[in-house]
Amino acid sequence: MIPVMVLEVRTTEQGIALDLTGEWRALAYRQFDSALAAVNLAGARHVEIATARLAALDLTGAWRLREFVLQAQKMGAQVTFTGTPPDQMRLVDETLRPIEAGAVPAPHPVKTLRMELEELPVEAEVVTLTFIGRRAVTLWRDMSGALAFLGRVSVTAFGALPRPRRLRPISIARHVYDTGITAIPIVALIAFLISVIVAYMSAQQLRSFGAEIFVVDLVTIGVLRELGVLLTSIIVAGRSGSSFAAEIGSMKLNEEVDALQATGVDPFEALVLPRVLGLVIALPLLTIVADLVGLIGGAVLCASLLHMPLDQYVTRVSLAISPTTFWVGVIKAPVFAVLIGMAGTHRGMQVSGSSRELGRLTTVAVVQAIFLVILADAFFAVLFLEIGV
Amino acid sequence: MIYPVLEVRGLVNRFGAQVVHDGLDMDVREDEVFGIVGGSGTGKSVLLRSVLGLQRPQAGTIRLEGHDITQLSGDALRAVKARYGVTFQQGALYSALTVLQNVQLPMVEYMEELSASARDELAMLKIRLVGLPADAARKYPAELSGGMIKRAALARALALDPRLLFLDEPTSGLDPISAAEFDELMLYLQRQLRLTVVMITHDLDSIFRTCNRVGVIVDHRMETDTLDRIVDHPNPWIQAYFHGERANIRLKVAHGT
Repeated sequence: MIPVMVLEVRTTEQGIALDLTGEWRALAYRQFDSALAAVNLAGARHVEIATARLAALDLTGAWRLREFVLQAQKMGAQVTFTGTPPDQMRLVDETLRPIEAGAVPAPHPVKTLRMELEELPVEAEVVTLTFIGRRAVTLWRDMSGALAFLGRVSVTAFGALPRPRRLRPISIARHVYDTGITAIPIVALIAFLISVIVAYMSAQQLRSFGAEIFVVDLVTIGVLRELGVLLTSIIVAGRSGSSFAAEIGSMKLNEEVDALQATGVDPFEALVLPRVLGLVIALPLLTIVADLVGLIGGAVLCASLLHMPLDQYVTRVSLAISPTTFWVGVIKAPVFAVLIGMAGTHRGMQVSGSSRELGRLTTVAVVQAIFLVILADAFFAVLFLEIGV
Repeated sequence: MIYPVLEVRGLVNRFGAQVVHDGLDMDVREDEVFGIVGGSGTGKSVLLRSVLGLQRPQAGTIRLEGHDITQLSGDALRAVKARYGVTFQQGALYSALTVLQNVQLPMVEYMEELSASARDELAMLKIRLVGLPADAARKYPAELSGGMIKRAALARALALDPRLLFLDEPTSGLDPISAAEFDELMLYLQRQLRLTVVMITHDLDSIFRTCNRVGVIVDHRMETDTLDRIVDHPNPWIQAYFHGERANIRLKVAHGT
């Protein structure tokens, strides 16, 4: 093991003599650092350093020893080595001297590496106005970039329409499976739980008016018009929006997208369009599943909490809904699907440089997809009110 | 007893039915540059991963400075890992950190008592030592050229002043001039710091310039000899490797004929 004793200090007529022993290696830094720091240099005119008994001296050790020598010289002591100074000292010296040669005069006689490091340009301080300006420009570029992306995808889609093979049906099928079929369990579970929560809350309130029967109306209209499609979209935005961004993003980092382009394959046609179209097919179907499970959840709760027989529940449901109720919900799904698919693929295509970008843009994709879905839902709410459905 | 720096005995690596190594032996002596050569898929990287303790072999012993790393785990293995430096083929710099932070990471992990300013200076010393300009310190890996990435990776490998250095394809992806510069840098550091270097490479120029001894992986084992003698080994793959068209020119240059 490394001996703890690394330094012997003797007082001589002119000053002090140091005898270095043991292993001066990076991993034993603590020992020799504290030993050197403890040496009292006050009043010493001459410091003699013997290194013959050193078992090992690496660059970290040599650097620390050099620091000590510089410190001793600054305090007016003359430093000599018994025999020749170790090679490692010379190597550190040779590496550092070019920097120190360009040193500024006193009071900083020696330009340390740290000073050099501090001279390097650091990002300019960002004042509020610059900050606002930059954000505005970024936002503008972001929006025009998204619009350009939408245009590019549309052009690709319309260009592919006459030749359906270029729509890549197999690829689309894979994305319908990935984004749709595999999402059924989680979508069904959440739809069930949400309808139970809505039914339970409303039952508590309506009971005081003796109007428990309207629980059915609330659950049915709530789930079919809003909750079914909205919750499904939010889950899908989290699942598939992130997976689109991460998948395409890592392909970008791996230069796979460049390879596709070099082969003459349009990445929008091969990567973006199948994902968006797959989602446009999958999301309405998922919404129907969510609607169905939501209604079942309502039925279960009505039966257990309000002791409502199933046939009464079904009759009430058919009274509550109008012919458009179901379609008002489902019609929103393809629109949401386009928004989620665009956000995911767009952010994925923006990845460049490092894995840090990949993480950042995946997060942006999900947050943006959810935001866009809710924003679009608000537009639909106003629209449907105006046209009276 | 003096141990060889690295001693591998009877190494066996298997993935399912696929045998990668079957009784592979390897010795690396102090202060030498040892080249590992082999065709694609002969398990050079698997060998490296085994030796680094990243992957446990099915059988065999791997002694790093006398410690059998196949028997170690936890803190003991961690202590051994601090004694070697390694650079990976693509550099494997942490992309979220600057070059300076990359070099400091091993120091932060293993030298807790080091003050922040001492850490900055030591890291800058290593960055200068590998020939990087000072302004590279604050750059992120994505902003560096291929040659600079290799140098930065070398600086990180030297962060704890190891005596043993593993280099995985250090010159791949570099132009011949940068590759030659990297070889010279590696040789300079190897002599100055008295490093033992184990290098996986395909680069014939690099082998002839830097290696003292070469180990060739053939038939799941390793044939080891000095560079002068390995070129005359009767194994057909070794013959093809060292006496193919690409190699003959270099042999002539190396032998001055």
